[in-house]
Amino acid sequence: MSDTADTGPVLAADGTPLKRSLAKALRVQKIRALLLIAPLLIFVLISFIVPIISMLSRSVENDIVQNTLPETVPLLAAWDASSGELPGEDVYDALARDMVIAVNAKQHTKLATRLNYEQTGIASMFRKSGRTIKKWDPVADAPFKEKFLELHDGWGDIETWKTIQTHSGAITNGYFLNAIDMQKTPDGIQAQPENKQILIKLFIRTLIMSLVIMGSCILLGYPVAWILANLPAAKANLLMILVLLPFWTSLLVRTSAWKVMLQQQGVINDVLVWIGLVDDANRLIIINNQFGTIVAMTHILLPFMILPMYSVMQTINPTYVRAAKSLGATDWTSFWRVYFPQSIPGIGAGSILVFILAIGYYITPEIVGGTKGVFISNRIAYHISSSLNWGLAAALGTILLVVVLILYWAYDKIVGIDNVKLG
Amino acid sequence: MSLPIYATFGQRVWYYTFRVICALIFIFLITPILVVLPLSFNAEDFFTFTPEMLRFDPEGYSLKHYRDFWNNNEWQRSFKNSLIIAPIATVISVSLGTLAAIGLSQSHVPFRRAIMAILISPMIVPLIISATGMFFFYSQVGNFLEGTLGMNKNFVGYVKVVLAHAVLGIPFVIITVTATLVGFDRSLTRAAANMGADPVTTFFKVQMPLILPGVISGGLFAFITSFDEVVVVLFVGSASQKTLPWQMFTGLREQISPTILAVATILVVISICLLTTVELLRRRSERLRGIRPS
Repeated sequence: MSDTADTGPVLAADGTPLKRSLAKALRVQKIRALLLIAPLLIFVLISFIVPIISMLSRSVENDIVQNTLPETVPLLAAWDASSGELPGEDVYDALARDMVIAVNAKQHTKLATRLNYEQTGIASMFRKSGRTIKKWDPVADAPFKEKFLELHDGWGDIETWKTIQTHSGAITNGYFLNAIDMQKTPDGIQAQPENKQILIKLFIRTLIMSLVIMGSCILLGYPVAWILANLPAAKANLLMILVLLPFWTSLLVRTSAWKVMLQQQGVINDVLVWIGLVDDANRLIIINNQFGTIVAMTHILLPFMILPMYSVMQTINPTYVRAAKSLGATDWTSFWRVYFPQSIPGIGAGSILVFILAIGYYITPEIVGGTKGVFISNRIAYHISSSLNWGLAAALGTILLVVVLILYWAYDKIVGIDNVKLG
Repeated sequence: MSLPIYATFGQRVWYYTFRVICALIFIFLITPILVVLPLSFNAEDFFTFTPEMLRFDPEGYSLKHYRDFWNNNEWQRSFKNSLIIAPIATVISVSLGTLAAIGLSQSHVPFRRAIMAILISPMIVPLIISATGMFFFYSQVGNFLEGTLGMNKNFVGYVKVVLAHAVLGIPFVIITVTATLVGFDRSLTRAAANMGADPVTTFFKVQMPLILPGVISGGLFAFITSFDEVVVVLFVGSASQKTLPWQMFTGLREQISPTILAVATILVVISICLLTTVELLRRRSERLRGIRPS
């Protein structure tokens, strides 16, 4: 009897080999887990991940020139821009055919806007020409070169043609170059003129201000986290409310509170004047500049620094510090050599969290930052809603997102995204 | 951490200096909120304390900004919109999020890290980028719903904002519910199954009551996320979906009126209620899981 059991595979109750039966059970479990996750995953993928990717793809997308001028673009590609002569009659004829269709479909204004990012003045030229071109017949009225030149001087300008030729590719790196203060010109990649170089400065300012905010959060958060972790539980819980209440209070409430406090006629200036530190005539200007943004955002992000620090400090065993002291260490040495190294994971977690949140902030800089204290996010919003240069907005957004994702990856490595604690 | 009896003079000085520093930081944390509360009762249209207020003269205080909030159509409509959008968005993110969190905490989940990263991403991606992505996506969705399916324009507007806010709330639900599930004893569901309960009964009778505190606090986070959200609604919504934060944002940027302070006070009261609820739930959850409440 026992011989058969030893040689054959181990069987489950229903007679199938145990190994296969286990694999099947595991597969069923995996499928069940995936089925539970599927609805949410699909929802997030469709309504969040895909829209963001498609938005970011606008940063390289440039098919508008090709789509609006399908006949002109291939012909123009053969034209030698360095020859110093205008394109031939065939190019003008093709342009006329393309433009008649485009004007009737009202597509030429979009093209004009696109080309105007590269060469100012093109938009008005297209719009003016559009009214006349509408009446042309693409076959009967040929040839068109003279007519175009009569219509607007721009059509006889080699620069116009160079611009169209340079920006006719389906994919462009032009927006990314613009995002780092460069530009794509017919003569190759060049730096923007001095007065247009603002974006690199803005990126650097965003980085520096986020670092300053992070630094002040560490400085202010560390003592608070320490005292919360070392007080008796009853007192600590009471003080914890002072940290959690701002955390739960609406962002706009806190921003408006800072706006009220920092104004020239606001509470802080009033108090300073009342104490006599500041003369009534020279009230401090502490809003609508970088200082305002830093103060308000430090306050808003401070709980995100305190909470991770606190949860790490709670796990630090107080006997280590006591042991160090009993071995003769001073207060400072026992803190700096024993306690502080153990609290570094909390500082790291809090810092990355605060930095990630700070670098993409929009609302608070918009309200208390004026013009000097705004972040790159405000520029993105400006290009999306006011200047309508979506390609540039997408390029700026891509750069910002890449920075944030690298930090997120680091956060995941250091802290683990599963270990994020809320409240 | 009280001062030992043998502490030197220097240690005593540092001990009290440190407490003062901490007190100052706590004051920094709480002052902006405390300043808003009395100012909202200002009888004048000023943003600072009037001499009457400082003398505690009843003349200096009034409820006129609260009356303005209740009687002003703009504020009332935006308040109503917030009360419509936030709960529906919360229900969507809680129901889908809880299911997914249960799935994620099974013992064998393929691509667990990648799935987790995708589900958490709405919290990580800067809001302005989410908002622009959603702006393009939902304008297409809106055109489809209105044009092809012939839905009411106003209704479609709400659907867009609700769905956008639901996505933003999901990470919070996932994080809180998976955290609760870490302490969940799996043998309880096995015991229920052993005694003849089908999976649905097991879920509602055994698992759900135990993880409910986590689900509710995740839901509150999702609620406050939607209730407090400006950037996405600015891009996705149209004027008829104007929410309370949106109204406050335009108020702060353009014509700043003291009614904002009254609204701010009301929101602070709401957040105190939410904070209390979350704290009570956290303690209950720890008690249920057999951890001594701290």
